Amino acid sequence: MTNTQKHTDFYDNEGKPAWKAWLTTTDHKRIGLLYFYSLTVFFLVGVLLGLMMRFELISPGKDLVEAQTYNGLFTLHGVIMIFLFVIPGIPAVFGNLTLPLLLGARDVAFPKLNLLSWYLYIGGAILALSTLLVGDGPPDTGWTFYAPYSVKTGTNVSMAVLSAFILGFSSILTGLNFLTTIHRMRCPGMTWFRMPLFAWALYATSWIQLLATPVVGITLLMIVVERWLGIGLFDPVLGGDPVLYQHLFWIYSHPAVYIMILPGMGVISEIIPTFSRRRIFGYKAIAYASLAIAFIGYFVWGHHMFTAGMSGPARIIFSVLTFLVAIPSAIKVFNWLATMYNGSIDLKPPMLYALGFIFLFLIGGLSGLVVGALATDVHLHDTYFVVGHFHYVMFGGTGFAFFAALHYWFPKIFGRMYNIKHATRAFWLLFTGFNVLYFPMLVLGIMGMPRRYYDYLPQFQIPNVISTVGSWITVAGLIYMIVVIVKGIRNGEKAAANPWNGLTLDWQTDSPPTKENFDVIPTVTERPYEYK
Amino acid sequence: MSTNNTTTDNTTTAVNHDHRDDAGRKMGMWLFLFTELLLFGGLFLVYSIYRFMNPADFSNGSHHLDVFMGALNTMVLITSSLTVALSITAIQKGNSKLALRLLALTILLAIFFLVNKYFEWGHKIHYDLYPGTALFKALPPGEGLFYVLYYFMTGLHMIHVIVGAVILAVMGKYIREGSINSSNYVLLENGGLYWHLVDLIWIFLFPLLYLIH
Repeated sequence: MTNTQKHTDFYDNEGKPAWKAWLTTTDHKRIGLLYFYSLTVFFLVGVLLGLMMRFELISPGKDLVEAQTYNGLFTLHGVIMIFLFVIPGIPAVFGNLTLPLLLGARDVAFPKLNLLSWYLYIGGAILALSTLLVGDGPPDTGWTFYAPYSVKTGTNVSMAVLSAFILGFSSILTGLNFLTTIHRMRCPGMTWFRMPLFAWALYATSWIQLLATPVVGITLLMIVVERWLGIGLFDPVLGGDPVLYQHLFWIYSHPAVYIMILPGMGVISEIIPTFSRRRIFGYKAIAYASLAIAFIGYFVWGHHMFTAGMSGPARIIFSVLTFLVAIPSAIKVFNWLATMYNGSIDLKPPMLYALGFIFLFLIGGLSGLVVGALATDVHLHDTYFVVGHFHYVMFGGTGFAFFAALHYWFPKIFGRMYNIKHATRAFWLLFTGFNVLYFPMLVLGIMGMPRRYYDYLPQFQIPNVISTVGSWITVAGLIYMIVVIVKGIRNGEKAAANPWNGLTLDWQTDSPPTKENFDVIPTVTERPYEYK
Repeated sequence: MSTNNTTTDNTTTAVNHDHRDDAGRKMGMWLFLFTELLLFGGLFLVYSIYRFMNPADFSNGSHHLDVFMGALNTMVLITSSLTVALSITAIQKGNSKLALRLLALTILLAIFFLVNKYFEWGHKIHYDLYPGTALFKALPPGEGLFYVLYYFMTGLHMIHVIVGAVILAVMGKYIREGSINSSNYVLLENGGLYWHLVDLIWIFLFPLLYLIH
């Protein structure tokens, strides 16, 4: 759609003071940006904690911090990265920024609720970070808060757990909002199978947010009550069952893994056809694969507990179900590759990050099968292999998809373009650093180095040094990328409405979009990605 | 994706930003109710597993609950579900005065439920039957778990009763102001849905805690 009349874009404060216009906004794009800036801050805090841990591990023995501080570091690194960055990540930022644009709508279904979600997010985040400053020190349980230790430790677990509870509520409300938006607000002609695949991915994600989060909510509440009242819900001394806590925790937290990865896959499904100038291969298969991953994801939680005491048949069933998840995931990867086949591929930064995602996710996914198999898991459980595996999936997968989305929708959101040459260099630096940082962890795990340890045996030192050097390269890459992005926001060239020649509705709006997105609600007549 | 943007379409497809979507609002409420069901679902799961692990202790524990009080509260909540449903019908028929009265009756029943619960809990607390006391520590672990779950589940439900009553009171305010009326009553319907959920959860709690021995 071309806008003949020129409207002011959504950055216009309409005469209100800027702080008020932003903090009381119900515009999905502004809320998306509020999330973007707050997420970036917490991400950088998480990076800093991770950097300190890596530095501590550069040689055996004490290098930088005390053992107890180290326990706090890995707990808070996990809590911040999981609950404040990766889980809200792509849906809260790019879902908010683009879902109504992709559907041809003016906003989400419940704009005020959307703002409330952000405030809950900020409240939870402040609570999580203040565990560092108040009480008896940061929690030292690991982000999983396993009982009975989490019930007994003197550190500030209650506050961290409550913050996770509040963040869960924020996540539920976002899911509820997106589900209703997708059901009710698609523009005329946009049938379910004319929806962009990112919307499909958000749809599947929202169902998981809605149906899995309450279970961890009640579980975390039980931990808090157990600590405050000294009752024995999970404490074996008082008759409770700590393994039950693990079950309840993973009933949510495994589906949560798909909250993290599915939106990333949706982003990749947008970028690959646009930069290959090809119709997406297997549209319906990719859409259904999102739903299949969300569905099967509910039934695999037991694979976190193969060594925690579980019957043989239960372990075999959970292992088989875990392998099943690989099928829809592989369907997506093969469809992306088939889309690129014979396309005219344009290696702009969004496409590079998308390809980086596929490569890293492949390593993350396949190493996941190694720990999903019963025999190998007994050897690798709680070793650095697991740490390497989930960083390949969470950072290499979701993180790179987040950066891909940022570089893809950047001109749409900010109305400017970043420096392509420098963004490309930043990608290569980050991609190299990433592999130097995390690949040695897979090796260390196979060698037998346990995770969450402050100290290690001398024979593990060489891979640890390589990994720590990798963390410096990764951070250099991140800084480079941030500089390129900030410079782009401040004084990049003005971007056209559709710089990548995308065909979805988001590219039919102005850059940046007007407050109401569309002057006239569009009507859709065919599937997305019909490149000719 | 090509867009059909001819002028003839503009009139039919232009949608007001603030247009009302009653079905959408109701859908949002249903989705929220799913999350509530799963919240209590987690507790029901814990209850079933601990019951399976300690069948005799759970049976002993449930013998000490007051079935009469529980049954009375069940009647009260079911009646309140009826009155809130009648209130919605009244507003649909344009009788906001009757709707308001029925809503007030619903809230009164909610308060009755809470008072009843206060006496029930108070009775147990009077006999030192709560976590931390010497009597409680002397109980077999399974029976302790039963009472912990009893307090936790009915306590969480009680919070929901209070929240539900507040929601209904706010709906009453909207009816008085006229913003809920015979042509716009989806808010009241949503409030009613929430109240039915509170009722429904009690209908599961009552047999699980009081009746199964």
